[in-house]
Amino acid sequence: MPDAVSPAVITVSHLGKRYGATVAVDDVSLTVLQGEIFGLIGPNGAGKTTTMECVQGLRKPDRGTISVLGLDPQRDASALRQRIGVQHQEAHLQKRIKVWEAVDLWSSLYRRAVDPEALLVRLGLESKRNAWFMTLSGGQKQRLFIALALIHEPEVVFLDELTTGLDPQARRAIWALITDIRARGTTVFLTTHLMEEAERLCDRVAIIEHGRVLEMGTPAGLVEKHCPERTVVYTSDGPDGTTHTLRGEGDDFVTDVINDIARKGIRVRGFRTENPTLEDVFLKLTGHGIRD
Amino acid sequence: MLNGLWKLTWVEIKVFVREPMGVVGSLLVPVVIFVVLGRTVGAPQATVAAAAGPPFNAAILAALIIAIGAVLSLIAIISIYREGGILKRLRATPLSPLTILGAHVLVKLLFTVVGMLLLVLAGRRFFPGAMQVNLVSFTAALLLSTLSILSLGFVLASLVRTARFAQPLGGAVLYPMLALSGLFFPIDRLPPVLRVMAAAFPTTHAVSLMQGIWDGSGFAAHWVDVGALILIFAVCSALATKVFRWE
Repeated sequence: MPDAVSPAVITVSHLGKRYGATVAVDDVSLTVLQGEIFGLIGPNGAGKTTTMECVQGLRKPDRGTISVLGLDPQRDASALRQRIGVQHQEAHLQKRIKVWEAVDLWSSLYRRAVDPEALLVRLGLESKRNAWFMTLSGGQKQRLFIALALIHEPEVVFLDELTTGLDPQARRAIWALITDIRARGTTVFLTTHLMEEAERLCDRVAIIEHGRVLEMGTPAGLVEKHCPERTVVYTSDGPDGTTHTLRGEGDDFVTDVINDIARKGIRVRGFRTENPTLEDVFLKLTGHGIRD
Repeated sequence: MLNGLWKLTWVEIKVFVREPMGVVGSLLVPVVIFVVLGRTVGAPQATVAAAAGPPFNAAILAALIIAIGAVLSLIAIISIYREGGILKRLRATPLSPLTILGAHVLVKLLFTVVGMLLLVLAGRRFFPGAMQVNLVSFTAALLLSTLSILSLGFVLASLVRTARFAQPLGGAVLYPMLALSGLFFPIDRLPPVLRVMAAAFPTTHAVSLMQGIWDGSGFAAHWVDVGALILIFAVCSALATKVFRWE
């Protein structure tokens, strides 16, 4: 986990990028700190991928400045590529490339590389080392892409929509891997449109829509700021047991409700609290659900 | 980064031979065409020169089919790799763009040589005494021709939007070029417009060069064709660097 004094490894300032008449990124500024998992979250088409690819140096911005590990992604492209690892959205490899051939090829491209076989073990791919890429499951493909992104022990890893389309088991496995990457000291910059994923994984997030950053902060901090209300739902006991829904704000609200119920001597059959999530913040800020 | 080039080329060779259809299409089809046409239309040696020009030469047709097959395969591979984000992923590595595409050129040239070897073996087996040509010069002429047509292939691969249309579009451009190459109809019998077009096509110069080498003359005697193939390579390569799309 990063702390308040962690230095910035990525600084984006007033980034703008358009494709013809389409504005992909209007005005994006953000900072990613060393050692954190930073999430760029937003609906499809919000500008997440374009922002990330400008940061990686794969796209040339129209406006703004970007600094990654003190380098300019355009000017210092080759130096930067030795120090960052990437995984792209909906990416493929050659259909008939074997898993070990891919990691072996990738490891030969960098000045410094970890042991490919050890990496396959770490990502649970050792039993698939002779399998063709086309025969891998969605989760195995994504784990292979993580392996390719980590092969040269990069300082920053970029993961674009890593878990989209995966089943819950595969998703959980990937989440564990990403947390493990952070535990080894690598900074992670990811995009997702899954709010649950962002809330569970990310130390900080930036919410982006229509190419602009609407809000940036820790998931808990954003929830506290934008959706402070708490909801308590309880069902009173008895033949005519009724369900009551109470809403309020503040850290003491739930305690107050419990004390109130106890004081009145109400027998309670069911009791639950509903806390707002990052998704509620997202919907509040963007005003609508995730568009497909 | 030579190490990366060899590694990538070796991977691409292995990936290519794992797809049976691609190997059969690029290596066996030209041989079959060569043997069948050689038997039905005429043996591959330049025997009686017809008044209209040199006789139809099945060996040259088969060699050109090897070259065009290589280019069509390249166009398909590039568009599939682009559609699947493979080109983009490779570009995010320290590999230079030239290395990423150069590996494919090397693979195609290698399989052109293999196809040529099979052609020679088939010629020795089915048309004994007919393959009297200087095979090193002939193969060199074929490689130069393939390289020139490959550069055109990179331009075509940039134009085609989806992988599904890559091969049809490539064929629609390259096969008419083959028809006008002088292999089937003498160039000087073509209408003026077609004659000018034919002069701009790499296939025409490929046929002329290979026919010349088949007939026993050297590269120097065909410096116009060699120059034209190099010029087409230079122009198409320069154009491809401008219009090539990585995604």
